[in-house]
Amino acid sequence: MNWKQLVLGTATVTLLAACASTKPAPVAPASNNGAASSSQTTAPVDTGSSDMKSVQGDPLHDPNSPLAKRSVYFDFDSSTVKSSDKPTVEAHAGYLKDHADRKVIIQGNTDARGSREYNLGLGQRRAEGVKRSLEVLGVKESQVEAVSLGKEKPKATGNTEADFAENRRADILYNGE
Amino acid sequence: MPRIRTLFKALLMFALLVSTGARAEMTIEIVGGGASKHAIAVVPFKDEGSRVREALTPIIRNDLELSGVFRMVDGSTIANVPVEPADVRYPLWQAAGAQSIAIGKVEPVAGGQVKISFRLLDVAQKKQLTSGEFTVTPDRGREVAHTIADMIYEAITGQKGIFNTRVVYVLKNGRNYMLQVGLITDVDSNRAQTILRSKEPIISPSWSPDGRYLAYVSFESKKPVVWVQDLATGQRRAVANFKGSNSAPAWSPDGSKLAVVLTTTGNSQIYLVNTLGGAPRRLSYSDAIDTEPAFTPDGSQIYFVSDRTGGPQIYRMAVSGGAAQRVTWQGSYNVSPRVSPDGRTLTFIRREAGRFRVMAQDLASGDVRALSENGYNERPSFAPNGRMVLYASDAGGKSVLYATTLDGSSKVKLAVINGEVQDPSWGPFNNPQ
Repeated sequence: MNWKQLVLGTATVTLLAACASTKPAPVAPASNNGAASSSQTTAPVDTGSSDMKSVQGDPLHDPNSPLAKRSVYFDFDSSTVKSSDKPTVEAHAGYLKDHADRKVIIQGNTDARGSREYNLGLGQRRAEGVKRSLEVLGVKESQVEAVSLGKEKPKATGNTEADFAENRRADILYNGE
Repeated sequence: MPRIRTLFKALLMFALLVSTGARAEMTIEIVGGGASKHAIAVVPFKDEGSRVREALTPIIRNDLELSGVFRMVDGSTIANVPVEPADVRYPLWQAAGAQSIAIGKVEPVAGGQVKISFRLLDVAQKKQLTSGEFTVTPDRGREVAHTIADMIYEAITGQKGIFNTRVVYVLKNGRNYMLQVGLITDVDSNRAQTILRSKEPIISPSWSPDGRYLAYVSFESKKPVVWVQDLATGQRRAVANFKGSNSAPAWSPDGSKLAVVLTTTGNSQIYLVNTLGGAPRRLSYSDAIDTEPAFTPDGSQIYFVSDRTGGPQIYRMAVSGGAAQRVTWQGSYNVSPRVSPDGRTLTFIRREAGRFRVMAQDLASGDVRALSENGYNERPSFAPNGRMVLYASDAGGKSVLYATTLDGSSKVKLAVINGEVQDPSWGPFNNPQ
């Protein structure tokens, strides 16, 4: 057996041995917030695991309050909050200033096809637009986290312009929600 | 071409795949260039129908066809089915157009095992090119068939075969997401191993260079977080979970670091994190979206996507720092770059006239060609031997995985699967674990 044969033979054995490890059961995240707390090297961001306090008369739960609106919409290829949604942003800014213990996460979304990661960036841009608007209105930076869902969680799944417009959206989620 | 008379025994000790008995159906679309393929006859191995669970040569033929390099010669009209080299009537096979012929047999040995032996013979020169013997339990014929295909591929092309390499992809079924790993030659939800299940999206799986770990982005905590999971144990941990979004993991070739995209500055920028933890180091500096990092094989450069000039284009920067250079100049939307193992070719997706096509760019000359024609294609990645590109497509209204040769002349539709197949990535050659 010459060198080449030996290498080939060894490679084959190792190749097959490499595949021989046992199959672990698939991991299933236990819950939304719990899974992120397993052994990790970076401190998890608090995405809102504190208990929601059902305060009587909290305008957050009043369906007639402007706070009931949690979505902000954008024009195509834009991350500027539309003027029609400014009252929504202003209402949440006012609430967050009055409730310094409350935090929000802004989830940006996109309508586009194409690279999932690039769309994540575009959704982030929208979420950051809302975050900046809140901060301009006096909300503390520590109360707001801007994140992106990209094109991964479209609310509307059709292909009409109305569907696309529905997905050019950022949602405001309060901690505990 | 090796003319050695090889003989070795690989004693296979462990069960590998749970064989379900179902064949993965592959559709091979030959776009052109068939004449340049190597014509091979793989004749049925003696007793392969009765002594192993699955006949070997259909698997070998499928593998070789998948590569786009081989054309199968039908020897069914040749009455004599050769088992030993002395049985081969070379003029008949030459007349049938075969450049090489593979023969073999399955014999019982002690302890309920079987000995599978094969030889690859050059028809014109009437010489053996390679051979092998494998003593295994009868349920392990399938993996031996893939290994034989690897040996034939290497004997003919001089390149390492990829028939035992793995792919990862996300399978979406309604609101259920599964991260699945399977052999490139057996992409099939029954055979694939499910690594992660979630009710929230999973995107951007990325292989560690040694094939032992996957990094991916999971949305299970209301935002994108980068995880690394050990494939053997299932253990995982969040390696990038900073305020904002964490995404687009790409392993450095030495496996010690991940390039990731973080948004702590208020926009998507590329950082380097140690896989064992520590503070991230910022790599890209723009007020735009910088994303989809991909290392060069030597680890010195990163290709990435940026919309700093308007639409998304591909750029390159040194890991050590310095200005980025723009790499793509045609088209208004170029995304998802990956560098070939030899560092000479870039593959990426270009949006053009409503199509999202897989492109290949020669990095020395700048020449670009399309590897896919129609529909909506996603996230190309190179085979570890650099000879093919894997991508997802929804051309038929349903997403499927394709593997194409680098000249686009041969495309294989890998059979899939109920649900949407997303974000595929071709894994490395398997290393000892």
